[in-house]
Amino acid sequence: MVPIAYYLVLAAVLFCIGIAAFLIKRNVITIFMSIELMLNAVNLTFVAFAHMWHQVSGQIFVFFVMVVAAAEAAVGLAIIIALFRVRQTLNVDQIDLLKN
Amino acid sequence: MEIALFLIFGLLAVAGALNLLFQRHPINSALSLVVVMMSLAVLYWSLGAEFLAAAQVIVYAGAVMVLFIFVVMLLNAGEEERSHGSKIAYIAGIPGAAAIFCLLSFVFLSERSHLGATPLGGYLSSAVSNISEISHTLFTSLLLPFEVTSILILVAILGAVVLARKEL
Repeated sequence: MVPIAYYLVLAAVLFCIGIAAFLIKRNVITIFMSIELMLNAVNLTFVAFAHMWHQVSGQIFVFFVMVVAAAEAAVGLAIIIALFRVRQTLNVDQIDLLKN
Repeated sequence: MEIALFLIFGLLAVAGALNLLFQRHPINSALSLVVVMMSLAVLYWSLGAEFLAAAQVIVYAGAVMVLFIFVVMLLNAGEEERSHGSKIAYIAGIPGAAAIFCLLSFVFLSERSHLGATPLGGYLSSAVSNISEISHTLFTSLLLPFEVTSILILVAILGAVVLARKEL
């Protein structure tokens, strides 16, 4: 028997590592990966609460999050490819067109 | 027994996430994210979500991460350059993330007794399997949102094709 709280704490750990990676990383692909990590952490919370309440609605929520994340990954990576064609770099510090 | 399973795969997930954070090459980060997703699939299974465990492996570890690795290879992304990001991200962001973590774990651990515990494979022993339960809900009361996701995927495919065209 594993307490549900442990799963929730694990999800919080993964989410905060995702936040830290989002802030520290300079490569736009890695930043995108840390967003996926945060989505996965939230999915774990949903599944843990679905188990706690003995209902599948939390799991269906995770299913829809997965669908949207897959669509988001396709569009986001296409944007990264288009960005790389224009700027020839993946470093977010050099992609500051709106700043100047 | 169950706590050992949880500890092994939970620590594997945390180690993979930390490796994502500390590796400088994007392909190493992508592969450690695969480790995180596979161990999360095991944890989903231990929470009685067999369908989601399979979907996690197929959709995330199979499809999304392959797409990521394709893009890393296509753009020939090398090691990350060391450059200083915005100061405010380091000053406010990292302590903010730590504060969110402390708050969440305090709340979860203090409510530990109310949250209860999980027996291994919570739904496995019941008469109705997890997959039939999910599909029953998905195809009766949530049929419209399920169909709308197909339009979302179609729009995403078209958007990806348009954005990744050469003459943009």
